[in-house]
Amino acid sequence: MSRRVRLWILSAGGTGLAVLLVVACFQLPGFGGDQHPYGDRAVRESLARRTANTVASVNFDQRAFDTLGEMTILFSAVLGTVVLLRQTRDEHRAKPAPAQVAVPVRRYALVTLPVALLTGLYVIAHGQLSPGGGFQGGVVAATALHLLYLGADYRALEWIRPVGLYEVGDALSASAYLVLGLAGVLAGTAFLANTLLSYGTFNTLSSGGAVPLLNAAIGMEVACAAVVLLARFLDQAVEIEESGKTGKTGKSGE
Amino acid sequence: MSVLPYLVAVWVFLAGCYGLATSRNLIHAVGCLTVCQAATYVLLIAVGYRDGATAPVYSDIEPASRPVVDPVVQALALTDVVVGATVTALLLALVLQISKRHGTVDPDELSELRG
Amino acid sequence: MDHPNHLLPLLVAVPLLGATLLVAGGRRLPRAVAETAGCAVSAATAGLAIFLVLQSSPPMVEWVGDWVPRDGVSVGIMLIGDGPGLGMAALASLLTLAALAYSWHYFDEPPRRHAGSFPALMLLFQGGMCGFAIAGDLFNAFVFFELMSVVAYALTGHRVEEARAVQGALTFGVVNSLGAYAMLMGIVLLYARTGELAMAQIGRRLDEGGPPDALVLAAFVLVLTGLLVKAAAVPFHFWLPDAHAVAPTPVCMLLSGVMVELGVYGTWRVYGDVFSGPGGIPAPDLERALIVLGALTAVVGAVLCWCQRHIKRLLAYSTVAHMGLFLIGIGVLKPEGDGGVALYILGHAGVKAALFACTGILLDRYGSVDEHALHGRARKLRGVAALFGAGALGLAGLPPFGTGLGKALTEEAAGPALTVLFVAVSTVTAGAVLRVGARVFLGLGPKPEEDPSYEPYETTGSGERPETRRRLKRVPDTMTAVPALLLAAALAVGVAPGFATVVDHSVSEAGSGGAFTSPHWTPAGVLLGLTSTLLAVGLAALAVTHRKGLPGEAWTGPLRRLQSGHIGDYVAWLLAGAALLGALALPGIVAG
Repeated sequence: MSRRVRLWILSAGGTGLAVLLVVACFQLPGFGGDQHPYGDRAVRESLARRTANTVASVNFDQRAFDTLGEMTILFSAVLGTVVLLRQTRDEHRAKPAPAQVAVPVRRYALVTLPVALLTGLYVIAHGQLSPGGGFQGGVVAATALHLLYLGADYRALEWIRPVGLYEVGDALSASAYLVLGLAGVLAGTAFLANTLLSYGTFNTLSSGGAVPLLNAAIGMEVACAAVVLLARFLDQAVEIEESGKTGKTGKSGE
Repeated sequence: MSVLPYLVAVWVFLAGCYGLATSRNLIHAVGCLTVCQAATYVLLIAVGYRDGATAPVYSDIEPASRPVVDPVVQALALTDVVVGATVTALLLALVLQISKRHGTVDPDELSELRG
Repeated sequence: MDHPNHLLPLLVAVPLLGATLLVAGGRRLPRAVAETAGCAVSAATAGLAIFLVLQSSPPMVEWVGDWVPRDGVSVGIMLIGDGPGLGMAALASLLTLAALAYSWHYFDEPPRRHAGSFPALMLLFQGGMCGFAIAGDLFNAFVFFELMSVVAYALTGHRVEEARAVQGALTFGVVNSLGAYAMLMGIVLLYARTGELAMAQIGRRLDEGGPPDALVLAAFVLVLTGLLVKAAAVPFHFWLPDAHAVAPTPVCMLLSGVMVELGVYGTWRVYGDVFSGPGGIPAPDLERALIVLGALTAVVGAVLCWCQRHIKRLLAYSTVAHMGLFLIGIGVLKPEGDGGVALYILGHAGVKAALFACTGILLDRYGSVDEHALHGRARKLRGVAALFGAGALGLAGLPPFGTGLGKALTEEAAGPALTVLFVAVSTVTAGAVLRVGARVFLGLGPKPEEDPSYEPYETTGSGERPETRRRLKRVPDTMTAVPALLLAAALAVGVAPGFATVVDHSVSEAGSGGAFTSPHWTPAGVLLGLTSTLLAVGLAALAVTHRKGLPGEAWTGPLRRLQSGHIGDYVAWLLAGAALLGALALPGIVAG
């Protein structure tokens, strides 16, 4: 299909859809309105279970099954990336060369690394109290490790993160979330029921029943997943090289 | 304008679609897909907003002392962000392999599958 | 067990736990152990699904996390354990088991130190499909929709050394993700209007709000765009042939056999629970939209199926054509139609998966899936030939295959005009498959001549690599046993006494809840099935004896050119399709 024909189809479809959506926007409740029945209920239930951060209560208690799916999507994408970015038969690994880093960059990275790592862990641990949680903190912690790549070089990063171990950690923390869910079924109530543990004292670390546990499992899963994901892409950029003229295989259709 | 945030979401979605359809680079195309997804974030957060409300976190405000925005859409947006990031990673991995196998990332030059 | 409804989430949790443990232990496990464990977990899930199906009358409801509604409202997520949902979960589980058994031991070497990765991905796929099938909450449905999509992209591109595989997987990924985001926009619009996420609650709130307006229409169009992309309805279908032609065979069995059908199932579920009331989309509008798109899909799929020479691509187009028939079946909005489609989907899954399995054997044995290159080469594979032929006849709807019964019941619900379409589409798709069988396995007719000066706009099936470690010398027993069992199952759907009644009963109980009939073979249905089978044989004979090209191939050129493999084209069509859907459903909203 030529570019012009495509643009015609695109503009016809786009215009139709745009008209429909714009008209629909004018029939939405006004921005900033006061009608949030589900939201009001969620706040009430969150406070009843002594979870100060209501978003965490929605994520890890009321709609924890969504979070299970979400975590599995992350897990699947990591597994998929491991499979898709594997070293193929026509590729080999080259040892990365040591790299020179400017001294200020090195110092800055080495000073920031522990701070960033600690911040990540703090954000995970306080997920049920303050904005943040396993997802956000996990990403911060995982990227903190990569400051070593900026501050030193790839070999130093490989030393600090044995990818195999993180893959196992990713899988085990995902299993932990599932096992916590299954505990409800084994106890005779529903899957992922947050009724087995005491809800603790409002606004302390041990509040919200199972919320901190699920949150911690997610934090570990996300941190490990992000490390593995970045490792696969960095491998492609730094280590894996094509041998010979493989870039042109499979062009038989032309 | 109480409808402007919604219109922004529609605009962002359609702009992403336009970029996708006219893209000449697959990495750019994957970027456009995340633009489309950004529209869903805008729409989610806009729908959950409440005038004069604060974040739905009670670690430093008294319960029922102030209105809060809808926490459900924030949780949904978080899910959405994670989904988007992982899909992007997977698609970029595929683009990387395409560039190795086809020697190009221009969709106009991929002609293996047709008819 | 006092509360079987508490077991519903295990349909998701068991395969996911199996997958995570396989990945955790996969570095140490030998390959045989990992694959056997994968089979065991998927079999256990299938067993659970079947157990739950048997308990599903009256339909079960489960609130995950025990968030049982108080005063009619809840903050939790609802799962629906009715016949259709659990039936789809059981179908997905059984097909996953079949695909894992088919690939057992022979499928291409796994990545180094990741022996468990392929079975783990299959289990994740199974968990995603089960989760989508039992979802009663729109956002939860979106999450599992994305889960099964993400796993499917990775599985489609699994053979990263193949140029076509990675291209097909990316196309699949971009188009399906865009559809999913459109669906999410629609869900958010519904949330803004009703403040609810559970499907039944949204439907109730819409009905309280009076007649539908543009907002309801927009939400309907966006949600259905996502589902119809998955269901490969024209013009959202372009990704399907590109992905199915390149995915590994065991994955094709799942994609064609059940994942695409979940799009139709989702359409049925969402319309029934959300949009079928007075505040939703009026019935005539939905009928118009689904029947027009379905008929278009059926015709385009059948025509393009006929002119393929890449066997997997041919089967993929036949899936497109049948998706059109399923859409028509649910589009007529009659309980008999829904029951017929359910049987049709079950029969089709067995038949289509068996055909893909046979094609996979050809690929692994001869290193090609090209109809022309394979001419007469598979004469020795008598057993596979018999299976392939039986699959083709099943596709035509030969009684007593389950496809035949499902087709007959759907035709009866759809009326005489659409019956002609049903017969024509089954004839053409089955004729194409029979043509391939006659040429490849029997060597009938002249070998198609290659004219080097004439370059048709097509994908040949040459240059494909076997999916096994090395080319097979003899066909392993597992690879022939799986298609044989699948065909037997497709046959059983049609002949098992009382099975059709049970299916029909559970579908009508979950849907309208109204009249329930006792479906059975009618003389008219048997006659129509025989007609399309005979016509298909005739069509195949005509093609095989044709000396140059295919009958009718010349005028399909413009249609084939639309399938350009270009992501930009597909996105443009997606927007056009969404606009078309809106236009088709508009009249009732304007009048109402």
